[in-house]
This record gives sequence, structure tokens and C-alpha cells, in this order.
Amino acid sequence: MSSDIYKDIILDYYRNPRNFGDLSDADVRAKDSNPLCGDIIEMQLKIADGKISDIRFKGKGCAISQASASMLTELAKGKTLDEIKAMGKPDVLNLLGIDPGPSRIKCALLGLKVLKLAVYVYLGQAVTEEVKQLG
Amino acid sequence: MVEKLTTINTARIREDFPILKRQVNDKPLVYFDNAATSQKPNSVIDAIDRYYRYYNANIHRGIHKLAEEATVAHEEAREKVARFIAAGKTSEIVFTRNATEALNLVAQSWGRANVGRGDKIVLTIMEHHSNIVPWQLVAEEKGATVDFINIDENGELRQDEVQEKIDDSTKIVCVAHASNVLGTINPVKEIGRVAHRYGALFLVDAAQSVPHMPVNIRDIDCDFAAFSGHKMLGPTGIGVMYGKAELLEGMPPFLSGGEMIKEVHTTGASWKDLPYKFEAGTPSIADAIGLGAAVDYLQNIGMENVADHEKEITDYAMERMKDVEGLHIYGPTNIDHRVGVISFNLGDIHAHDLASILDEDGIAIRSGHQCAQPLMEFLQVPAASRASFYIYNTKGEVDVFIEALERARKIFAR
Repeated sequence: MSSDIYKDIILDYYRNPRNFGDLSDADVRAKDSNPLCGDIIEMQLKIADGKISDIRFKGKGCAISQASASMLTELAKGKTLDEIKAMGKPDVLNLLGIDPGPSRIKCALLGLKVLKLAVYVYLGQAVTEEVKQLG
Repeated sequence: MVEKLTTINTARIREDFPILKRQVNDKPLVYFDNAATSQKPNSVIDAIDRYYRYYNANIHRGIHKLAEEATVAHEEAREKVARFIAAGKTSEIVFTRNATEALNLVAQSWGRANVGRGDKIVLTIMEHHSNIVPWQLVAEEKGATVDFINIDENGELRQDEVQEKIDDSTKIVCVAHASNVLGTINPVKEIGRVAHRYGALFLVDAAQSVPHMPVNIRDIDCDFAAFSGHKMLGPTGIGVMYGKAELLEGMPPFLSGGEMIKEVHTTGASWKDLPYKFEAGTPSIADAIGLGAAVDYLQNIGMENVADHEKEITDYAMERMKDVEGLHIYGPTNIDHRVGVISFNLGDIHAHDLASILDEDGIAIRSGHQCAQPLMEFLQVPAASRASFYIYNTKGEVDVFIEALERARKIFAR
């Protein structure tokens, strides 16, 4: 049984999400949902020396949204806040290894949106239009 | 077992719908999203095309040939719709943009003039958002309350709550004739009697019933009804608000401006007669004519035959879906209490993931909350998938659908 979208790696991250749960000493938390699907993602970040030193996510929703959020936490760990701010759609598509198409792209990008929200909240900066459009 | 032969010639009907020849992801399109919108036959597409090519003009004004022809065609469409639902008078058919606008018309025009502090508006938990939110807005503005009739474990309205919640303070009762999620056909005639016994008005959201079964609006004896053209083989941009003439006469306009006035002076204005009082501005002329062609098409087949065919497909689909491991169907188990709408979940696969996998096989279904979040909350499911059928769907397509469900199950079982 094969599927163009649901490759083994996506299902693996959906079934066994990495970095899932809470960070009791998080420096910042952010949460958002996708009204179309009802996907919910929360990101919790620990920040040291301008870098993400630890990260967890929680959420509910479709495989695309949950797997991409989980993959993103692995990529984000150790990155500087500026590097997170510079990330975009291609980074997420690269992680997933597929383009889920226009009707599902918002599911895929919700994790990135929430990660960026957390960074902007931590920095006390206004959220950019680009971030609002993500998920 | 001798199978009942359908009186519908599906193969011939399919020839009338050009879109059904389309391939999606290199597979023949299986269109099971008819509760969202139906496909259009050539006769509807041609009627719209002919209007724009040969007699495009504004209506109810202009003393010239094209204006005359356009006006006649537009008003003929209204007569066809009136006959189709057995309205008492043609003037009881008000054209709107869609069912949502029709419901907003009743809430804004009748509701704001008649609902007051302490009054109650009774809805059901299975209403589409379009039959909830307009009433919440009126209730908020007027200090009225909104109450909901709940459903039993079988997805049918609780009759004890019908009796209990409709009372002397109730101003209007608004009920979906058929649920867009559960497929439940509600006993509207009986609910209407209860509403009228308490002096309340009765509104039927007929968006999921008029396209799929014979509907006699006078027999139901509702005061208002709403439905959309695009769910009944017609174009988008045209809907219907039915109201009893004596009620419509007393209601203030909804939208105002051109087309709906008799006289305008600097000191005020007076309104045209029904139904034009409620049709401000240049209407969707081509779409009304298209809806007329859709009514002709459906009447030619016969609504009893439409309902029989969909029941046969639904019955077959439900039987086959029962054999898919982990599949849960919502709504009535009694096929006679259903239209051709089946909402379901497959194991723990999210509805959107399922829809994506089915799309790979060329199958179009709906997934999500289906514009009925209160019902989803009541069912305690975040989302569901929905297959919904029409006259052109076949048992062969159901077989393709079942195969795709099995494929999805296996993908997620890895």
C-alpha cells in the first residue's frame, strides 16, 4: 500500500512524535489552530544565548500537521532566533519530502507558524504579516 | 435476493454531466461531495450560455425586446420553482444568492421586527451554521435566548425535547429538513404543528431536502423555507427564500435600493409588491434561469425516482462500509430516515488525511466539521468525513470508494 503524500517517515513521526510533551521551565509558549481542519499546535521553548536550547510541542490534528511540527522541533533545536525567523515554507517541505498541495499546505505550515509566533513573543516584537499567513 | 431495479437510467444521466468524464490524478472522477454542491447537466450550462449569448438584458425595466425576453425567462424560472415545491403563490418565491442569504433575510427582516427581550428562538443541534449564527445575532441584539433541541444516540431529534423546549415564549422554530452531516430526515410536519400550537412561526432549512426528495411546502405548512440552487444541479449565486405571502407582506425590506422600490422621494420610499420588495439590485438573472433549467431536469426524472435511486446507493454504501474494519458511521441506522449523506470516521485516521488519500484515487469527499460545529461537539468528534450521493452516482463508484477506504486503512496501519 503506497501513498504519494503519506510516506513512511510522515506516518512514523505521526505515530511516534519526537519532542512531544511539556517543558516545565519553558521561557515562552505559543499556540494556534487551523480553523479549517481543527489542527492545534502548541510550542514550548527554552532559550539560552539567543539559541533554542530545548523544545517541546503538543497538538492534535491530522498526520501532516503533527508530523511536520515534530520534525520541525528537531530542526529548530540549537538554531538561533534569527535563523528561526528566516525559516519558511521550503524548509518545511524539505523536512516532509513532499508538497502536500494547496488544500493541505496550511496543515503542514502550522507548526512553523507557532514556532515563529513563540520567537516573536519572546523577543517582544510584533508578529509579521508573513507569519500570520503561514498556517 | 431479487434486487429492485431502479427506474433511473444512470448511464444515460451521466452522459448529461460533462464533468463526470474528467480524470482526477489519472483516475476517473468519483464525485461524492454532493451535499456541498452538485454537478451541472448540459441543459443548465446551456441555459446560462444562451441567456448571455442571445438575450442578455436587465429585467423589469427597459422597453425593448431583449429586456422582455430576459424578464419572461427570469419570471418563468420563479414559476418553475414555485410549482416544484408546491408553493401557494409564485410571489412567495424570493430569489437570493444562496440558502444562507435566505436565512439571513428571515432573521434580519422578520426576526429583528418580531423577536424581543425574553423571547426564545428554538433551533436543533444538527443545524448548519447558516441556520444558527443569524439567529444568535438577532437574539444578542434583542435580548432573546436561543435553545437547541438535541438528538438521541441514533442521530434523530429527541421528541421529548421538541415538546419541552417549544413553549409560549417561543417566537420561531428553525429546523433542517435533512441534516447535512447525519443525513437525518426530520419530521418537520410534526414539529411545525407543535410550533404553531404555541403561536410560534416555523422555518425549514430545505437545502439538503429539496434537491433530493419530493418536497411539498404547503403540506409541511412551514412559514419560511430556504434552499440553494447549486445543490440541486443549478448554478451558484442563486438561492430561494420561501415565505407565506401574508407574512412577507408585513415584513420590512432586507436589502434596499434599486429594483425593490415603487417610489422614492427625498422624504422616503415605498416598496414594490411581493416578491420584488425583497430583491434589491440587479439579480443573478442568468443563474435564476439556470435554476429553472435544473428544476426542469429534476422534474423530468421525477423526484420520487431521485429519492429511490439515492436510497439504493446509500443502502449499498452503508452495507459495504460496515465491512471496513474500524469504520464508524454517524446518524440513523434506519435507511428510511436518511437522505444520501453518510458521515463517518475510519479508526483514528483524521478526516483530512482520509480525504487526501481518497483524492489520490480521484474520489471527492468532504472532511472537517462540515459547518456544524455544535453537532460535532455534541458527537464529541473534532472532524468527520462525509460521502454524499446524487442521481449520477453508481454502485460501481461505491466499490471504488470502499477499495480506497481499505487502502487508507492499510496505509495508516503500517
